[in-house]
Amino acid sequence: MSSSDGSIERRLRALVGPDGQMTTDDDGTPNVAPSTATGCALVLRTASAEGWRVRIVGNGSWIPPDAPAELTLSSRGLGQVEDVHAADLVATVQSGVDQHALREALADRGTWWPVDAPGDRRSVGSLVATATAGPLRSGFGNIRDHLLGLTIVTADGHILNYGGRVAKNVAGFDLTKLATGSFGAFGFISSVHLRLRPIPRADATLTTNDRRDALLGQGQAILDAGITPSALELLSPVAGSTDDWTLGVRLIGSDATVEAERAAVAAACTARWTSLSSRNAADFWRDVQQRATQHATTIRVGCVITGLRQAINLVLHHLDDATITASIGAGVVRWSGSASAARLQLLRRTAAQVEMPVTIERAPWPLRNELGHFGLCREGVNRLMGSLRHTFDPQSTLTVALAGRQ
Amino acid sequence: MTLPKQVLQALAGIVGSQSIRVSRTALETYASDGLPTHHRRPGAVVLPDGRDQVVRIVEVLAHHGVPFVARGAGTGLSGGALAGPDAVVIVLTRLNRIIAIDPSNRHATVEPGVVNVHLSEAAAPHGLHYAPDPSSQTVCTIGGNVAENAGGPHCLKYGVTSNHILELEVVLPNGEVATLGSRGGEPWGPDLVGLFVGSEGMFGIATRITVRLTPIPRQIQTLLADFSSVRAAGEAVSSIIASGLLPSALEMLDRACVAAVEASIYAAGYPTDAEAVLLVDVDGRDAGAVQAEAHDVETILREHGARTVRMATEESQRARLWQGRKKAFGALGRISPDLIVQDAVVPRSALPDVLERIADIAATYRVKVSNVFHAGDGNLHPNINFDRRNRDEFRRVEAASAAIMSACIDAGGSITGEHGVGIDKLRYMPLMFDGDTLAAMRATRRAFDPEELSNPGKVVPVHACREWSAARSLRRAEVVA
Repeated sequence: MSSSDGSIERRLRALVGPDGQMTTDDDGTPNVAPSTATGCALVLRTASAEGWRVRIVGNGSWIPPDAPAELTLSSRGLGQVEDVHAADLVATVQSGVDQHALREALADRGTWWPVDAPGDRRSVGSLVATATAGPLRSGFGNIRDHLLGLTIVTADGHILNYGGRVAKNVAGFDLTKLATGSFGAFGFISSVHLRLRPIPRADATLTTNDRRDALLGQGQAILDAGITPSALELLSPVAGSTDDWTLGVRLIGSDATVEAERAAVAAACTARWTSLSSRNAADFWRDVQQRATQHATTIRVGCVITGLRQAINLVLHHLDDATITASIGAGVVRWSGSASAARLQLLRRTAAQVEMPVTIERAPWPLRNELGHFGLCREGVNRLMGSLRHTFDPQSTLTVALAGRQ
Repeated sequence: MTLPKQVLQALAGIVGSQSIRVSRTALETYASDGLPTHHRRPGAVVLPDGRDQVVRIVEVLAHHGVPFVARGAGTGLSGGALAGPDAVVIVLTRLNRIIAIDPSNRHATVEPGVVNVHLSEAAAPHGLHYAPDPSSQTVCTIGGNVAENAGGPHCLKYGVTSNHILELEVVLPNGEVATLGSRGGEPWGPDLVGLFVGSEGMFGIATRITVRLTPIPRQIQTLLADFSSVRAAGEAVSSIIASGLLPSALEMLDRACVAAVEASIYAAGYPTDAEAVLLVDVDGRDAGAVQAEAHDVETILREHGARTVRMATEESQRARLWQGRKKAFGALGRISPDLIVQDAVVPRSALPDVLERIADIAATYRVKVSNVFHAGDGNLHPNINFDRRNRDEFRRVEAASAAIMSACIDAGGSITGEHGVGIDKLRYMPLMFDGDTLAAMRATRRAFDPEELSNPGKVVPVHACREWSAARSLRRAEVVA
């Protein structure tokens, strides 16, 4: 919704100055993209004082820019890779940097950020704000494990700097963790310090096809053998574009380590593996990333490793077999498709009874607003979440649905 | 004693008279942690035997507005577990049950008083271990590790405590119990586990902790390299990390530290004429792969001027080399009445310059500084030997510590990598954070603990915080109304 007399647009133009980017969203909402954290702070401080609601967007390729707001604050103007320090394996990048641009900038310096989140051309800020990790989380951990700090602008315009450019840091409370995966509820992330790795010396992918439960058994056998693959991903027939389920194993490390792990995987289970060429492996993992955005809604279900079968059954029972992937080493199931709020809510309630959190990763606003990204959490946690939101957004300026209405 | 009598009676009613300490002599035990420069005697100490007693204790203290401080084994190095006479120390060492080990899901659930190494010993029959290994792991507790986000030598490859905590049952400062995270590791809402770990006991008390377990590496090779300059050793560290190799540990000891170790019962055979030695662990599942990586590490070490490189594959050889490193603080403790183990982090590439700067500072202030640290992480531990009875020397030690912190911050580093802020580093926090960021930290703490009863006076220097918006907005609303 935009101001009918254009007063918000005029105020915003005055705030961002001649270098600030301003456009209008499809729904007529003014979209402002400052090029500095200070510019973002000015916009948010004004919005908070005026009672304007603000929606935060990155490239708009993951969560659509459809939340009701008087203005959109975009990271589009924050597109600089500020610093890549290869010797320290640290990079500082603005939040609007596109993930492909980041990969190229890091590769030029012989470094790599081990995050293969679903989606295409997503901004770094989106990856951090939503904490959407991909198959590599089995071996390398979640987004939080690859961050050293960040700069965030709160809803009323405070610029806060957490963490730093060093590999270990316990000075003060770890508010980077709070901001990561909170869908922007605690402020606008303007830049992040990334923990990098050297580009791997060797990178191999093995795949096999079979019935779902047989492949879950193969995955468990690999883990029981003491192997921790970089990725251990189960794909439904739709997700893998095959007639049967697919298990993809990715091994990353030195040449000797990868060859040893390849032999260990073969010895640990009875599957017949296909070893993919570099090009086919790249295509395989890219397809896994991109299929998550072919439908309007994506959710993730957390569970223990031995609970994966039950988690997938819950998804299949309450939703459908659209696109399902499961990171076996991490205990996470991702589903992408179309479903009503009622069905998703039923799934969430059933999953909660068996201690499985369901997060709405992306969906149209009416569904996000109804269900919330997290829904109602556990006793005690809801109060904390409410207190923290009030701490960082006392005027409820940011339109982010964490708990939802149900 | 300043605690109200009815509070002490209520506490005794919960834990029994045998599990409460109020005498001056008994309280002295809890007046310090592993850092000798701070001393505060608490008003009382209680030793609960389970979660329910912790809840009831916290409820009583919250009701009476009495501050409290949770404490594990007392091995902290920042004064974080100290309490004043108006506060109660809640000692958690009796909550020491390993509740469950789930090898298929690679996790374990423990109470906070479980000793770090005991968990790894219990998981070992399943081929698993708890990876964070602070030097005090034979005595420090998992609860303390959570509070401080403890590290250790092998965190270079396996990550620090926060990378290994999946779920926490916590008693909030009002006595309410909340479960954060999930056993699978997926957050249930915002990442409150990540926020809680490292909060130094200021958000509440963890009473049940589910941790990730990691396969025990089947093959380990330990390399010992010695150098004729600290700079050359530091440059070798940067080259190893940048090469794509990932040792599980990469530690450095300087000449002064080597001398102390070799003169002690922990003598490990380090060359005493070297300016620096590097201790490197390479591990994995496959002997051939580990050997190949160890060879690559050796090549880099020699390219950077290592005088000798020794390889140890036998467990007894490895244990001896590591004993020298793990017990270095004990060895240093022999040579003076007091020892400060400092903690700071710098970018790895800055190590050579910062180490030279620390040597200059030691000369300027005429103090004895030795270094033993996690070089692969850039996590320095400058140690200062002194005698606190010598007031002039103590003043110089304090000034040198401050100068070392400033040097690390100037190099783009942090005032602490694994020991925490506690009370020892409160004064340095404004050097790292502006008033708004400090205010945000305090406001975050107040979301958990509005009355600021849980471990008050630590981590965030209140005087340096700017006014926070939530309070400001409330006042503005009042004016408008």
